[in-house]
Amino acid sequence: MTEQTPKMSARDVSVFYGDKQAVKNVSIDIDMDKVTAFIGPSGCGKSTFLRSFNRMNDTVAGARVEGLVTLDGEDIYAPSMDVVQLRARVGMVFQKPNPFPKSIFENVAYGPRIHGLAASRSELEGIVESALRRAGLWDEVKDRLSDSGTALSGGQQQRLCIARAIAVDPEVILMDEPASALDPIATAKIEELIGELRGRYAIVIVTHNMQQAARVSQRTAFFHLGTLVEYGETDAMFTAPRMERTKDYITGRYG
Amino acid sequence: MSALALIFVVAGLGLIGWLTARARAASFELGGAKRLHSLPGQHGWYVAIWTVLPALLFIAVWSGMTPRLVQDAVLQHPAAAQLPAFDFERDALLAEAKRVARDRSATAFDPVAEQLVAPTRAAISYYGWIGAGVSVLLAFACGALAFTRIKARFKARTRVERGVMSLLLLASLIAILTTLGIFLSLLWESLRFFGQVPITDFLLGTHWSPQVIDANDPGKSLGAVPLFWGTFFIGAVIAMIVAIPFGLMSAIYLTQYAAPGVRRWMKPILEILAGVPTVVYGYFAALTVAPAVRDLAVMLGMPFASSESALAAGLVMGVMIIPFVSSIADDSIAAVPTAMRDGSLAMGATRSETIRKVLIPAALPGVVAGILLAVSRAIGETMIVVMAASGAANITLNPLESATTVTKQIVDLLTGDAEFDSPKTLAAFALGLTLFVITLILNIVALRVVKKYREAYE
Repeated sequence: MTEQTPKMSARDVSVFYGDKQAVKNVSIDIDMDKVTAFIGPSGCGKSTFLRSFNRMNDTVAGARVEGLVTLDGEDIYAPSMDVVQLRARVGMVFQKPNPFPKSIFENVAYGPRIHGLAASRSELEGIVESALRRAGLWDEVKDRLSDSGTALSGGQQQRLCIARAIAVDPEVILMDEPASALDPIATAKIEELIGELRGRYAIVIVTHNMQQAARVSQRTAFFHLGTLVEYGETDAMFTAPRMERTKDYITGRYG
Repeated sequence: MSALALIFVVAGLGLIGWLTARARAASFELGGAKRLHSLPGQHGWYVAIWTVLPALLFIAVWSGMTPRLVQDAVLQHPAAAQLPAFDFERDALLAEAKRVARDRSATAFDPVAEQLVAPTRAAISYYGWIGAGVSVLLAFACGALAFTRIKARFKARTRVERGVMSLLLLASLIAILTTLGIFLSLLWESLRFFGQVPITDFLLGTHWSPQVIDANDPGKSLGAVPLFWGTFFIGAVIAMIVAIPFGLMSAIYLTQYAAPGVRRWMKPILEILAGVPTVVYGYFAALTVAPAVRDLAVMLGMPFASSESALAAGLVMGVMIIPFVSSIADDSIAAVPTAMRDGSLAMGATRSETIRKVLIPAALPGVVAGILLAVSRAIGETMIVVMAASGAANITLNPLESATTVTKQIVDLLTGDAEFDSPKTLAAFALGLTLFVITLILNIVALRVVKKYREAYE
């Protein structure tokens, strides 16, 4: 499907929660410099599948992943893979903004600190500033970096979480319905931000909002009942879906 | 008529009220009204409550007043003139007369008491019948009044609901009133103590030897600072050095690392530890830990080390407190949203980094509150220190030396031959009051912290 080598790819990936299979034999390629949207009705496995890209399913008791997931061709489930390094390269933004109960500065500095990215205080301050700038939050918070991150508004908190994720300079950013807990204005800002970040990272966004997928993504994957129904260029998928089920979902027949 | 019989009579009246009111309400239904507002049974309860409650309240008040009235009546009797003037002996004779008056098979030892038996018996019976008469009358009158109010549209259901609420309120008030009563009685005795010993001597004095009290200046040997220090040293320092790290670490293990299977049996075992009677810990402290600590001290070159060291009592107290700290820390850590933990893990933090840098700081207020509650429990703990701590009041920083605590001294002061007016005995109440106030403050602070912390995540 693509000319370039994919940044991440999944081959025959299945995810189980105990006996229940949430994701069934999904194969997909994620490209650099593109936004890929996962859409589908609730419970279709799109979030679960997303969490297998940075092994966050490891933290769920009873979860099991089968198949092959690679980052730059390297199997991320291989015993030799360092999960800590993997997650530094594949960042994640969650559905509900989850800033730590620390200051704005400390929230963004958290990743650089634990990974030892800054040799000095001034270097750390530089990283924090550029992360906040890229997340479009700098002008709003530059005078109150020592205020608590939890005191910000919902939309600001979510952008803080994005700043926190990009502060460790990841290659891939996974976003799990990042705007579903926000109001329309904050949502618009997040979408604008995703557009600005597109050139630097491979971005995967899970959303149940089809207009959002159409607005922000170049590729769209439609999931239903744990299987990947259709995957292709966003424009093509929304104008001329190849599968009947995709068409039904996009036109609002179910979901 | 005895109070118990009286209660049965009133209850009987209540039952009659219930039955008749229900029957009457049921007859309303037949009488053509569309529908009763309340079920017949609710009308029954309405009347029954009105029959029983005022009468019971009266009985409670009356039985509190009767002994006083009986005594006054007996003192009016000519034979009472022979009673000794001294309070204590007079009360003993009156009590003897009362006992014989109640129990016909008993006989009095003292001739004066013998003479007072007949008037006492008469007075008891007189006031008994008055009480019985008034309460039955009250039950009947209130019941009848309630009965006349029952109508087809009468909202008995709402009224009974209100009655239930008052009953529940009363139940919760009893605990509060008891606490208040305890506090007031402590305060009262303490005020008597401070009438004899200056409060500054007590709170700031550093010499404690209640066995030898100078009658002219009792404050000199009743300085409580060594006790406060000992209590703080054993309960808040040594015990916490044991309880905080072990409690916290076990909570972290149980919430973050333990497999569900391990957690399932480990947590109950920890909680059982909290249910072990403190006297058992006391044995353990006195018979096992204390000698071991003394041997250690001897090895370290203290040949005359006490076998009642602060360390032994504090160590065992710390072990006792572990489940307490662990359980509250466990709750606080579990209350930190999973999103917070996931957020840190997704940044590439390891499990222990996540715990240290995110979970513990987020759970800290709850943990601190738990520790405060644990401290307040430790300093109020009695059995372990009574059995394992020494009676010698030292101000020392050496845990191998002996130290004593407030609770241990209260027990010592109140056991054995005690005169209730001496500063020595009254000192126990002043100590109790101080302890009460300190633990109360600790608990209030802790609860406030917990409350604020809860709000932060809701």
